[in-house]
Amino acid sequence: MTGGSGFTFLEYPIHHDFSPEGKVPVMSSILTAKGICKYFPGVKALQNVDFELQAGEIHCLMGENGAGKSTLIKVLTGVEVSDAGEVCLERKKIAPSSPQQAQQLGISTVYQEVNLCLNLSVAENIFIGREPRKYCGIDWKEINRRSRVLLANMNLDIDVTQPLGRYSVAIQQMVAIARALDISAKVLILDEPTSSLDATEVNKLFEVMQKLKQQGLGIIFVTHFIEQVYAVSDRITILRNGELVGVYDTAALPRVQLIAKMMGKAFDGFEASIKKTAAGSEAEEHAGFLAVRGLGCRGSISPFDLEVNNGEVLGIVGLLGSGRTELARIIFGIDRADSGEVLIKGQKVKLVCPADAIRHGLAYCPENRKTEGIIDTLSVRENIILALQAKRGWGKYIPRKKQEEIANKYVNLLRIKTAGLEQLVGNLSGGNQQKVILARWLITMPSLLILDEPTRGIDVGTKAEIQKLIRALAAEGMAVIFISSELDESIRCCDRMAVLRDRSKIAELSGQEIEEQVIMQTIAGV
Amino acid sequence: MKALSLNNKYVNLYITTLLFCALFALGSVLYTGFFSGQVLLNMFIDNAFLIITAIGMTFVLIIGGIDISIGAVIALICMLSAYLLEVWHLGPLVVIPAMLIVGAVFGLVQGIFIHYFKIQPFIVTLAGMFLARGLCYVISIDTVLITDPFYQFMATYRIPLPFNSFISVSVLIALAAIAAAYYILNYTRFGRTAYAIGGNEQSALLMGLPVARTKVLIYTLNGFCSALAGIVFSFYMLSGYGLHAVGLEMDAIASVVIGGTPLTGGIGFVTGTLFGVLIQGVIQTLIMFQGTLSSWWTKIAIAFLLCVFIVLQRLIVARKESRKSLA
Ligand SMILES: Nc1ncnc2c1ncn2[C@@H]1O[C@H](COP(=O)(O)OP(=O)(O)OP(=O)(O)O)[C@@H](O)[C@H]1O
Ligand SMILES: [Mg+2]
Repeated sequence: MTGGSGFTFLEYPIHHDFSPEGKVPVMSSILTAKGICKYFPGVKALQNVDFELQAGEIHCLMGENGAGKSTLIKVLTGVEVSDAGEVCLERKKIAPSSPQQAQQLGISTVYQEVNLCLNLSVAENIFIGREPRKYCGIDWKEINRRSRVLLANMNLDIDVTQPLGRYSVAIQQMVAIARALDISAKVLILDEPTSSLDATEVNKLFEVMQKLKQQGLGIIFVTHFIEQVYAVSDRITILRNGELVGVYDTAALPRVQLIAKMMGKAFDGFEASIKKTAAGSEAEEHAGFLAVRGLGCRGSISPFDLEVNNGEVLGIVGLLGSGRTELARIIFGIDRADSGEVLIKGQKVKLVCPADAIRHGLAYCPENRKTEGIIDTLSVRENIILALQAKRGWGKYIPRKKQEEIANKYVNLLRIKTAGLEQLVGNLSGGNQQKVILARWLITMPSLLILDEPTRGIDVGTKAEIQKLIRALAAEGMAVIFISSELDESIRCCDRMAVLRDRSKIAELSGQEIEEQVIMQTIAGV
Repeated sequence: MKALSLNNKYVNLYITTLLFCALFALGSVLYTGFFSGQVLLNMFIDNAFLIITAIGMTFVLIIGGIDISIGAVIALICMLSAYLLEVWHLGPLVVIPAMLIVGAVFGLVQGIFIHYFKIQPFIVTLAGMFLARGLCYVISIDTVLITDPFYQFMATYRIPLPFNSFISVSVLIALAAIAAAYYILNYTRFGRTAYAIGGNEQSALLMGLPVARTKVLIYTLNGFCSALAGIVFSFYMLSGYGLHAVGLEMDAIASVVIGGTPLTGGIGFVTGTLFGVLIQGVIQTLIMFQGTLSSWWTKIAIAFLLCVFIVLQRLIVARKESRKSLA
């Protein structure tokens, strides 16, 4: 990646030199799966799925949320045992019964969500299980040194001796990738590794993937970002509702068709503009709701001013680590501000804890669903109702009938794929868990809704639905703060944008300025 | 701010160490004869078995488990050794290795139940506790005295040290156990895997770590440690009796927690555990020197300390959570 173009959000270097005339050397399949079936109570997660990965190719596994991508990967790597079918690695039948075995066979995997140990240091997370040794013990110096090198290769300069839990999800994701890349393997599997990364990091990852591909590795790559698919992959396997739709050459499959095949119907969600254009009524509608003056916290975000009006969507954009999440947390009272003041409807208020914020009509949908959002052992219904019940107070129990009604409405609206309202959320696919969290905060009907990466891991079709929904809520008078690392999504949704760089607010854009080129230049500071 | 949060993990360890020094200094000021090497060494001599079994417990707590059977296992080991030595007239060379194996197998079986049948460790080891105590009474309902010359020798022999002080063989065993545990926890894959499991078992599994083997081995190791502690205890008591070491598991857990290892797993220090035991020792000694208080005041003091420490751990965790996603 070249330094100058480091800030492009959409254009990934296109490397693939695939041509149908057969310039590519004849490839041999390295990993094959035949007739894989996997059933969970009430769910047919995979039905008779075939899959083939060749040496030296990057193969995208595509499908909507709950299509069975992660389940297929879990079957291939021994996390789940399939109910039927067989897996072959280099033509030899394998049946790994644990990820450890799969790793020993030469399959290195980054599973969806970050699966690392937050209590261990960054370096140890990269090397645990295969630590270099010296004399008769683990060589900690070497581990730290090599980790620094590995992360430097991915343009990441952090203190590797700190516990991993102190870093953001994005950095955790990078560490997980670094770990997988360093395991010398024949097959590399990446399940949504880029969901919290910015373009710069994604480009770096793609560069490494291309290098590994040249060395003859087979790479399976799962993502919901269509652009990334076309930037990096050679072939695509599409799953829908646990069934195989087909295998295609990336170059020969137009985007529209790819999406149509994933959804099983034509898709036009991204064509129409969803922003309301009636500028006339703005004056009376846009009464200021929240105003922030010089709010800041040392070491987290420098003092900033911000205003959010009823009926508008305010976007927060900036690079990874520019302080987007910190800004949201400080407004919501999770982090203590050490300067500045907050005004709600012109009244000065003190928001020192989330409960205060909720009482004043704020709601915050956090970025890390795994640790801050979802409660695995509760059902879909219970998870959705949680915030509403908390807001009404535990004394005023929402009748079961009513709960089911609300939950059902949002399950349909957001197309949450679940076997039923009483299914445990822990059993849902990653994207569907995200939808549950989103539903939880949407139904509380707050006056100001703060959404931090609300569409992470959500498929294209539903993403468009959610964007429409956010606009609809704004049209009803809700104020929304929308944080996303996907620029085109922010452009589609936001009326105004605050741009962050290096933990301070550097600009505000509105109207005609909300356009890719302008935003990118503002972020880059040129 | 960075330096502060870096040390969060070690806060309890520091406090425990400081507290120990403070209590020792207090004793030295209050009572003549308190400030001497031998008083300190006596704490080691009297608590050697507790140190050993608390080390096993440290491993268990690091993986987020618990084992409440160890007091009963220690009693069983004492009783069984006494019986084999006195009734079957077997030699110590046979009895001691056999006891270590019995302890390890006891732990192994509990580990298998906990991991493969997915039963709560509390429940499994509760059953183990009843079983071991019950077995004691099956062997004998009375005290069985140990008259074996080797055991007698171990009970009375004192290794002379400079300045007129001395230690027992048990202390050497305890120190060796600490060194071994320190090495295992910090410099072997097995030890690091234990921390990973305590941090997040599911993640450890997906990272390709041998979770099943490590978990079962940790309970086995703990069984082994309690057997070793049982042998040391029998050197100390020279008898087997069904009511030996009642409640010792709680003393061990308390020592480990006071030493900075939270019950939630993922963090833990052997050196902390040592000081956790020594704090109990120093409180005992203080009460002894004071002369009028009942020895139960030790327990009351420990209860107080535990409360303080658990609250402290909660506060630290809470603060860490509110600081997350810096960087
Ligand atoms: N342990 C489980 N118990 C019950 N159902 C499960 C379990 N694991 C997965 N499922 C179901 O299997 C289906 C496929 O899930 P999977 O995680 O493979 O989806 P996915 O394609 O990875 O989706 P996403 O894009 O959201 O990650 C989902 O409907 C999910 O609810
Ligand atoms: Mg998935």
